[in-house]
Amino acid sequence: MKPVIEVSDLKVFYEDTQALNGISLDVYPNEILGIIGPAQSGKTTLLKVINRTLEFTQGTSLEGTVKLDGVDINSISDVHGLRKRIGMVLPLPVGLPLSIYDNVAFAPRTSGLRNKSELDEIVERCLQQAALWDEVKDRLDSLGTKLSGGQQQRLTIARALSHKPEILCLDEFSIAVDPITTMRIEDVLKTLKEEMTILLVTNLVQQAKRLANRTAFMLNGDLIEIDETDVIFSDNPTSQSTYDYVNGNFG
Amino acid sequence: MNSTTEISAQDMFTETAVGKQNRYIENAVKIFFLIMTCLMILPLLLIIGYLFYKALPVLSLDFLFTNPQDNMRAGGIWAPFLGTIYLVVVSLLVAAPIGVFAAVYLNEYARDNWFTRIVNLAVVNLAGVPSIVHALFGVGAFVLFAGLGESILAASLTLAIMTLPVIIASTTEALKAVPMAFREACWNLGATRWQTIRRIVLPNSISGILTGVILQVSRAAGETAPIMFTGAVFYKAIAEGDIFAYNITDQCMALSLHLYTISTQVPDVTEGIPYGTAIVLVGSVLLVNAAAIVLRVYLRTRKKW
Ligand SMILES: Nc1ncnc2c1ncn2[C@@H]1O[C@H](COP(=O)(O)OP(=O)(O)OP(=O)(O)O)[C@@H](O)[C@H]1O
Ligand SMILES: [Mg+2]
Repeated sequence: MKPVIEVSDLKVFYEDTQALNGISLDVYPNEILGIIGPAQSGKTTLLKVINRTLEFTQGTSLEGTVKLDGVDINSISDVHGLRKRIGMVLPLPVGLPLSIYDNVAFAPRTSGLRNKSELDEIVERCLQQAALWDEVKDRLDSLGTKLSGGQQQRLTIARALSHKPEILCLDEFSIAVDPITTMRIEDVLKTLKEEMTILLVTNLVQQAKRLANRTAFMLNGDLIEIDETDVIFSDNPTSQSTYDYVNGNFG
Repeated sequence: MNSTTEISAQDMFTETAVGKQNRYIENAVKIFFLIMTCLMILPLLLIIGYLFYKALPVLSLDFLFTNPQDNMRAGGIWAPFLGTIYLVVVSLLVAAPIGVFAAVYLNEYARDNWFTRIVNLAVVNLAGVPSIVHALFGVGAFVLFAGLGESILAASLTLAIMTLPVIIASTTEALKAVPMAFREACWNLGATRWQTIRRIVLPNSISGILTGVILQVSRAAGETAPIMFTGAVFYKAIAEGDIFAYNITDQCMALSLHLYTISTQVPDVTEGIPYGTAIVLVGSVLLVNAAAIVLRVYLRTRKKW
């Protein structure tokens, strides 16, 4: 099968510190790739390279290539179009200071969509998918910033789905969400992978175990190991540090 | 076991020496600050009250709408009043857009490099330059070099140069109050910087930006030095009650300069006139500042996060 994302020998530098030491991995269509690893291992950096938002941080440079559907992302001139092909959910929920409706309609509108019924349809679909619709359907015009933290995180997910991405990146989405909502979102992800490819960065190794088809273990900017989730969580993954991290006796 | 827990619970409610001391200090400090606040407000109230009392005999609508008469010993303040309005409006029409857009560029687009650092340094330092220096610059740049002559335009441009850095600084402040996370969320959605600015940043900072601009009205209206050599004159009669009485290439009278003239240069002025002039100047400025405060209160009630 042809990979959607091909990362080869990717190195990233923040001014003098190196965050990624040359990692290579492929992501296949309609899989959930779990990415686990302790703090500072470069997980967030990898996601930022993929949707090219690393460019907003000053003093960064990178080597190696990242290909999306076979095209080097750094050769794409329409960077905003590229970002619309990728949904990004950051660790901390952000409700934009707009109504709930406008939050979800934001991205489609920036692409020029004005048709009210189409927007209505997108808003409802995305809020449904993010398991938020039932709670907010009667107050779509109240402010997104006034929702609870967990609701705002689901609003963020709904927003990330609003531009119909091929790839959905989630960076520790459950940090600000209660366990029950986390479970509901996890169920959502299982259905979503029929339509898209999901990169799931998580600090809950059990979450990767539950959801991911394959799992990558990163450590200090290196990709230690990437394999079928069953293998990573088995008694004999290739690397001893993977085994230690997954079983919680790390460091 | 039981008795010890009771004693410790009791202990918690007996104020310790340190606790008592802290409470006294807390109260003393609070009262001290309150006194300082009153000391600050008191002179302001006294000044306005005194001005008002002295100005009462001359205050009327006629005072506002008639020109100074009898070598400025009698009559009203129409010419200087309208002149000040012209100067303030024209200078803000120039300074506000340039200042606001420059601040948007510096804050939303520019990277942190030597160019933006120099610009920011210049802004900070220009804000602290005495107004007489702006006046000299205005004479050189607008009156002489640009050939505008002494005119409302030249004087307004000088005032604009003076207010520009402060408008840039206050706009930057308002833009920085919009959390970075909002911008990042928009960029992640594939929004351009401009889309982010237009839909998120500006709507949530516009009240702060406007407040900053409005506060510059009082500076522009109150300054004498920058306009003295660039376009304001001691005396000029204009059509009374006609708000288009000045041409932008004319010289004009101005309240601040007029007040200086009639208080120090003209003998035997009717007593109430300088006070009346002062109260109109202060009153207009207070009125405009009150508008800024109303705007700020409005902003607070509409705060979206
Ligand atoms: N904006 C930045 N400026 C400088 N260094 C940075 C920046 N962001 C990340 N780094 C560095 O890059 C390295 C990788 O950081 P990254 O945020 O990708 O780690 P992470 O795996 O996402 O960690 P966490 O689990 O804590 O989120 C770290 O050493 C970090 O200090
Ligand atoms: Mg991270």
